[in-house]
Amino acid sequence: MSMILDIRNLSRVHGTSGQKVHALRGVDLAVASGELVAVMGPSGSGKSTLLTCAGGLDRPTSGEVLVDGNDLATLNAKAVAALRRRRIGYVFQDFNLIPALTAVENVMLPLELDCTRARTARKYAEAALAEVAIPELADRFPDHMSGGQRQRVAIARAIVGDRRILLADEPTGALDSDTGEAVLQLLRDRCDQHGIAGVLVTHDARHAAWADRVVYLRDGVLVGQSGPLPEVDILLETR
Amino acid sequence: MSIKHGLLALLRTEPKYGYQLRGEFEAATNSTWPLNIGQVYTTLTRLERDGLVQASQAGKDDDGRSLYEITEAGRTELAKWFETPVTRESRPRDELAIKLALALAVPGIDVSAVLQRQRASTMESMQELTRLKRIGRDGEISWLLVLESMIFSAEAEIRWLDHCEAMLSRHRRSAKTSTASKDQHQPEDHKAGANQ
Repeated sequence: MSMILDIRNLSRVHGTSGQKVHALRGVDLAVASGELVAVMGPSGSGKSTLLTCAGGLDRPTSGEVLVDGNDLATLNAKAVAALRRRRIGYVFQDFNLIPALTAVENVMLPLELDCTRARTARKYAEAALAEVAIPELADRFPDHMSGGQRQRVAIARAIVGDRRILLADEPTGALDSDTGEAVLQLLRDRCDQHGIAGVLVTHDARHAAWADRVVYLRDGVLVGQSGPLPEVDILLETR
Repeated sequence: MSIKHGLLALLRTEPKYGYQLRGEFEAATNSTWPLNIGQVYTTLTRLERDGLVQASQAGKDDDGRSLYEITEAGRTELAKWFETPVTRESRPRDELAIKLALALAVPGIDVSAVLQRQRASTMESMQELTRLKRIGRDGEISWLLVLESMIFSAEAEIRWLDHCEAMLSRHRRSAKTSTASKDQHQPEDHKAGANQ
């Protein structure tokens, strides 16, 4: 078991010298293959900044973000974008599906952006939809689906191809509790069965409890965690 | 926890032996509240004294154990139990609330750390309960309901802790502001400030 996502001493400062906002201060977080980690904290505690830095959408002010051993800071923008498309999947609260595209076309999108041939992309996308248990909705448009179904499409888009990291920002926020639980079950299964490293940002303790570990952010600092620590030999292996 | 009403509920359909009642009670709650056989027979004796059950005419088993059946009065009592909502009487001693109150009252205690330790610990039990729920998702619905009940109360505790933390930081901010403005405008009015 190895650390797929390894965040070391990460700090992110927004704003200029006059008004500096320290969104994150010296955060360490390592996520192993097959592990689901929940990040909890009040609004403004830095949860979403942590997620965007982890996914290469935002650049740290200092510290390192290693994805599969690659330090994002050492890669140029093009390489980061490629890594993002191939290795990292995002799930958002409001799904972020493109309404003019069908479910399968939405799921194909990251592969097509990565120049995969349409026929191959479609095959992978259909497989991903089958994995989230909605193969029959492939040709349906997002507007003709329930919230839970849309989130499944979004998860299919996040796992299509060979992704190693799944980053979810309040993925159950727009869903009723039963549908939300089903989505968590799905995220959990991805980690358990496919060795994906998952990071789940949530303010809902009930949903955080699905994770192997829960870490708590307060004012940009990690103040504690629940659940087992990584085994000692893993720490020795990566450090 | 009403063992009395639990036993009455299990007797509703047919007469049963004490050891049967114990087994069925534990099965329904997946041993969340283990009963020892002594508790079962003590409770049955009281129920019999109160006329809510009776030792059945059908007689005893080979080991001389009585078969118990529910009486009409017992059925009425059981119906009343199901109809009456459970009241949330304050627990006689809520250790956590007392601990937090004292952490605030006694100088030199890091209340935020107390809150965080409690939150982490409650979350760990919630993670364990959720794990049990995942494993048992195709199992007995009665057991899943019991699990959910425990998950919801753990969740309520975490929400309460979050709420306490937010209240505390708001309180500290306003205390700071009022001290600051007092320092500026009424440096002599120490006593009034302390009493607020």
